[in-house]
Amino acid sequence: MAAESDIRYLTPPSIEVKKDKYCRFKKSKIKHVDYKNPDYLMRFLNEQGKVLPRRLTGTSLKFQRKVSQSIKRARQLALLPFVADNLK
Amino acid sequence: MSQYETIFVMTPVLSDEQLKETVSEYVNLLKQKGAEIVHQDNWGLRKLAYPIKKKSTGFYHLIEFKGPGSVIAELELAYKRDERLLRFLSVNLDDHAVAFNDKFRGKSGSKSKKEEVKA
Repeated sequence: MAAESDIRYLTPPSIEVKKDKYCRFKKSKIKHVDYKNPDYLMRFLNEQGKVLPRRLTGTSLKFQRKVSQSIKRARQLALLPFVADNLK
Repeated sequence: MSQYETIFVMTPVLSDEQLKETVSEYVNLLKQKGAEIVHQDNWGLRKLAYPIKKKSTGFYHLIEFKGPGSVIAELELAYKRDERLLRFLSVNLDDHAVAFNDKFRGKSGSKSKKEEVKA
């Protein structure tokens, strides 16, 4: 049987270090997501202007709702686009 | 007497005094209806994220006021009738929002002055 060291991997096995996601609002004690500040809300949009899902941003359900509601309000006021191709 | 916040976007084709006249018209309407203006903030001419009524820029004006709920109905009715306004939005502020506004008075909207359009 080939010993452990004899096995040559084509690509080094990347051990996926599990970094735990945290809700940035809970951590920094932010209580209110403001809809008038497009630069801050831009972080929660992807390149096409869509709202990023919770599994990527790691925010808790309560704040994800606040963020999505303020994004929709900002879109209503034309502070944020509904669709965009190269937002970032 | 809950606190509200209303923002409206005016067409860029207005001259200066028409602009001021529109704003003062709504401020007086609020005062007549028994609302107390807490804070006003004019963001000036800003680029819109998407064209509204074939216009790509607009004058933003924010009014924060305390008042009875019935004020909103009349205010929005006047907004709908006014063709100088491209868009309006009025929001009921909960206590976190009020605390936030007091702390960051007039920072969030007018802060992004750099992408101001030099009309």
